[in-house]
Amino acid sequence: MILKLDHIYKDYIQGKMTVPVLKDVCLHVEEGEYVAIMGPSGSGKSTLMNIIGCLDRPTQGTYELAGQDVLALNEKKLADVRLNRIGFVFQNFQLLPRMSALDNVALPLVYAGVRKRVRRERAREALVRVGLEDRTGFNPTQLSGGQKQRVAIARAMVNTPKILLADEPTGALDSKSSKQVMELFAQLNEEGVTVVMITHDPGIAGHAKRIMDIFDGEISRHGEVFR
Amino acid sequence: MLENIRLSFQGIWSHKMRSFLTMLGIIIGIASIISIVSTIKGTNEEIKNSLIGSGNNTVNVLLYEKGYTMEIYSNSQKPFGIPQVSEETRSEILKLDSVENVTCFTERRNMEGVFYRDKAISSGAIRGIDKSYFDTVGYRLKTGRIFLEDDGKKFRKVVILDQNAAEALFGDENPIGKTMEISEEPFTVVGVVESESNYETTITNISQYYSAQESALSGVFIPKECWPIAYAYDEPEKVVVKARSTDDMEEAGQKVQKILNATISPKQEEVKYKADNLLEKARDMQKLSAATNNQLIWIASISLLVGGIGVMNIMLVSVTERTSEIGLKKAIGARKGTILGQFLTEAAVLTSMGGMLGVAAGIGMAQVINRVSGVAVSIDIVASVIAVLFSMLIGIIFGLLPSVKAANLNPIDALRRE
Ligand SMILES: Nc1ncnc2c1ncn2[C@@H]1O[C@H](COP(=O)(O)OP(=O)(O)OP(=O)(O)O)[C@@H](O)[C@H]1O
Ligand SMILES: [Mg+2]
Repeated sequence: MILKLDHIYKDYIQGKMTVPVLKDVCLHVEEGEYVAIMGPSGSGKSTLMNIIGCLDRPTQGTYELAGQDVLALNEKKLADVRLNRIGFVFQNFQLLPRMSALDNVALPLVYAGVRKRVRRERAREALVRVGLEDRTGFNPTQLSGGQKQRVAIARAMVNTPKILLADEPTGALDSKSSKQVMELFAQLNEEGVTVVMITHDPGIAGHAKRIMDIFDGEISRHGEVFR
Repeated sequence: MLENIRLSFQGIWSHKMRSFLTMLGIIIGIASIISIVSTIKGTNEEIKNSLIGSGNNTVNVLLYEKGYTMEIYSNSQKPFGIPQVSEETRSEILKLDSVENVTCFTERRNMEGVFYRDKAISSGAIRGIDKSYFDTVGYRLKTGRIFLEDDGKKFRKVVILDQNAAEALFGDENPIGKTMEISEEPFTVVGVVESESNYETTITNISQYYSAQESALSGVFIPKECWPIAYAYDEPEKVVVKARSTDDMEEAGQKVQKILNATISPKQEEVKYKADNLLEKARDMQKLSAATNNQLIWIASISLLVGGIGVMNIMLVSVTERTSEIGLKKAIGARKGTILGQFLTEAAVLTSMGGMLGVAAGIGMAQVINRVSGVAVSIDIVASVIAVLFSMLIGIIFGLLPSVKAANLNPIDALRRE
């Protein structure tokens, strides 16, 4: 089991009040699965996603990533987990505006200490994979939303992580660009990447092989693998 | 690291105006320090040069009695137990690594017996010299000839004048071949010499300083062999050594002083040879002039401090501005240390650039000071390098707080911000 979260609680302290956001969430994902998480706004989807992505720690609960207890890791080790095992895609792309598409994609490789020449080569390959070989030198401001998201996917995958996490990846895209992104996700999943994606859109969720519902911080449906 | 530096330059370049304004405090601080240091160094070199006489490197080793220079004015006043410098002592001195040349001479500083017709010399010195005197002390022949070997051997009563003496005694007349009187003996003028080194006579505050006096006063020279003809006896000699370089002067002076004192009779306890330590004198004067300027450096340092605070301020703004960038970087795997390094590098690059611009501006300012007020300036490479390194240090110190803040940002808070 690649993701094994059990009895996860997350509270936010708001002044003197404690706001429970996640309540006893259990999430199990097998390697190679393609899961969509759906739920209304404010239900705690992003909060859960951040915990899965090792960006945040739960107030309570256990989390094993590929058998490793990540909650026991120190910050340095967590950074390495994010670097090597997880790829992140955000709703608002999160590209660095003053860097070319190529440099954006190559950024994780910088942190991995890859040599410059190899870095450029691999970043190029990743951009070729998302169909943007002719946009390598462009700045994010010179790219369309769909193109930006594909650059972001290239960046997430350039380190060949086993897990791809996407928080509303199509939230800011039109239907045509959304379709392209979904095709890429399907392709990656085909190649064995475990995909966990958050979405509002049932049509988008339909691309996944399993749909989970979250409501008010609790998983209301774990879903069946239907494909 | 190189990547960080490249990115820092990119960042600085994309906010040209802001970066420049941030650097301004550093630029002004470093520029003032560099120009002050340049003036100090320039003044120091001027002091040293005017004391030593550039390129001359001679050290006087004179007789002192109870701390005062000893001058002989009459035969009765001669100290006992101080022999003339022997040929062995001379070659011992010449064997020293630091010594290029040496000359020994007898000297009287009263010119009462020196006449040409009705003209006399009011102040100056008459010296009985050896063959290396002119070379060592630095005189060149102007007209006539210098002494020949035979002049001494055959006790010829010949005399050479320096330009001051020639002017005082002969005015516009050509002195060569004329006969003048020294201590009631007739001497024939065979040559006129002039001093090679142009001593700056601007040093009025140590007017007792021998070498400076010497150039202003008249000099009358006779072969040392003829000295007893005019003054009846041999007498203790003064010594001038020419060091190989300015840096050798101190050592040469000390060693020669020791050699000469060893020749003095142990019973003579009052009169000893002592070398002038010009460098020490120069240092004393330099210290005096540096002391005032050092206060200026402290004032300039305050502007560096203000500059550093400016850098910190802008860096804090920059961290806030780039919160989402920092969050994203952390999310894709940047370690805390990486972020810290990135911001520290940025601060250091920024202030180093400020430092370099400051050095350039300081050098420019020093030139302007030189043009406008005539103060001597000299660019100090070491100080410039230190200044740049120091500005880098300022960047690191004042960039530390903002960088730590950036490194500690919570990636979620950072990403959530829109
Ligand atoms: N830092 C925080 N401090 C306090 N409350 C927070 C914080 N972060 C999130 N919350 C609260 O947690 C709840 C869940 O937020 P979350 O972002 O996970 O929702 P979501 O399901 O992703 O919503 P959306 O679909 O609108 O993105 C919200 O009620 C939110 O106000
Ligand atoms: Mg959300």
